[in-house]
Amino acid sequence: MLLGLYNYWVVIVLMMVGFYIVIAHGNLIKKVVGLSIFQTSVFIFYISMAKVDGGSAPILAEGIKQYSNPLPHVLILTAIVVGIATTALALALAVRIKEAYGSIEEEEIQKKDNQIC
Amino acid sequence: MDILMDVSSGLFLLVGSFLCLTGGLGILRFPDFYTRMHAVGVSDTLATAMILIGLILHNPDFFVDVKLMIILLMALFISPTASHALANAAMHNDLSKQKNDKSNSETTSSNP
Amino acid sequence: MAFLVGVAFAIVRMKDLLAVIMLLGIYSLLSASFFVAMDAADVAFTEAAVGAGISTLLMLVTISMTGRSEHPVRHKPLLALAVVIITGSLLIYGTLDMPYFGSAEAPIHQHAAPRYINDSMQEIGVPNIVTSVLASYRAFDTFGEVVVIFTAGIGVLALLSVVRRREYTINDDSFNHSMHEQHLILRIVTKMMIPFILLFAFYVQFHGDFGPGGGFQAGVIFASAVFLYTMLFGTSTARQVINQSFIQLLAATGVLLYGSVGIVSLLIGKEFFDYSALSADPITGQHLGILLIELGVGITVASIMIIIFFNFVGRRNNLQHKENEGD
Repeated sequence: MLLGLYNYWVVIVLMMVGFYIVIAHGNLIKKVVGLSIFQTSVFIFYISMAKVDGGSAPILAEGIKQYSNPLPHVLILTAIVVGIATTALALALAVRIKEAYGSIEEEEIQKKDNQIC
Repeated sequence: MDILMDVSSGLFLLVGSFLCLTGGLGILRFPDFYTRMHAVGVSDTLATAMILIGLILHNPDFFVDVKLMIILLMALFISPTASHALANAAMHNDLSKQKNDKSNSETTSSNP
Repeated sequence: MAFLVGVAFAIVRMKDLLAVIMLLGIYSLLSASFFVAMDAADVAFTEAAVGAGISTLLMLVTISMTGRSEHPVRHKPLLALAVVIITGSLLIYGTLDMPYFGSAEAPIHQHAAPRYINDSMQEIGVPNIVTSVLASYRAFDTFGEVVVIFTAGIGVLALLSVVRRREYTINDDSFNHSMHEQHLILRIVTKMMIPFILLFAFYVQFHGDFGPGGGFQAGVIFASAVFLYTMLFGTSTARQVINQSFIQLLAATGVLLYGSVGIVSLLIGKEFFDYSALSADPITGQHLGILLIELGVGITVASIMIIIFFNFVGRRNNLQHKENEGD
């Protein structure tokens, strides 16, 4: 059972690493990096679910009987591109926050907010 | 003829992987940035070329071979240029030539 | 897989953001090769182009504006660690029920997938099943995705666009001449390479039916050729080559092209995005429809990536000019 589910457990470890980076580090860019790791590990999870033993890529060709499941591939293709779009927006927001507050560390931003309020 | 192709393609692949490994070893063991660049730039380009030639010999299909040869040509252009770009950036920012671990004086982008 | 975990842990520990971003690029590339091992050719292509290319580049431009290293954490994040461990163990408990990796009798392979695999050739006539599902069976979802990308581009425009003034253009030009000798080899090799990269982008765009490829990958590759040119020849030259307002128009045109294919199907009398309405023979209609919408997707993705990049770089140039004036 260990070998059968090994892939999924490694993916869960990766997801947790990304999650930890998002909640434990204060730097905004580091958080975006952690989010990106989390996203990519979810993609790995889906793609490993799609694989069929002895199958090949889902492109119809002569002489191939077994194909891997194409539906998660479609889902993840969309997800990757949406992921980059949100990452670009997050980075643009980080740049503006830096210009407005002078720093991208979470604690310093909160201190400034408390001072202003 | 088939056996000759198989053996030679296997040989090329082995040589290519060995070169890649020694390039990686070079990064770890050399003392300075410029020597590391030299080790990796030369051996990685040759390793890529060897692996691609091995793949070309392995595959009888013509169109796949043409595509692999185009990739080989581009890799021969791009890989040394990349090493040149890195070394140039280091030189331009006066990275010192002594015993130094990965220094912090390179810029992040070459926007004018 | 073990490499991935090692890289992820290294990212957690490091403080220097440049190294973190490079490690993120390596992480993306490793996951792309993992996708190839899992027979997901399209996904690997997209992940390699997008994750290891565009994402790394955007983050590099961002940290050149926001600062390179991270402040050390002041308190021990024990609560975070506890939350993470609890969530992780709950998830592992959840997977114990799952079918083994690679088994062919898993439920996800039984219901929708065989219908697509078996009927795709007769109904659509395109060998690449992923493209046929993405562009024909699930065209509406892909439409939503294109609109999401478009919205992200508009968002970045709203956040980061700078009104360019005349004196900045003159300064950038004088920069160009002094940089010419230093980057001579790079410029020459780039001039040789860019036509091939653009050709490859068109190849990927139109070959999406027969092999891995399609609109997204092609758009990203096209945009990366433009990025290469911009990085080496300066933003003012690049803006002269590719006008900002033209690119914005192009982005909107891509989305419009995609939507109008659907509207035309509606007007002819069939359902939204039903391609058999586009031509007398339904298979030809499918091919035509897929070609048009992939074109729309490619145009939109390429122009939005270019817009995002130009805005980031323009903001950075603006900051640099402000610093120079302030001295």
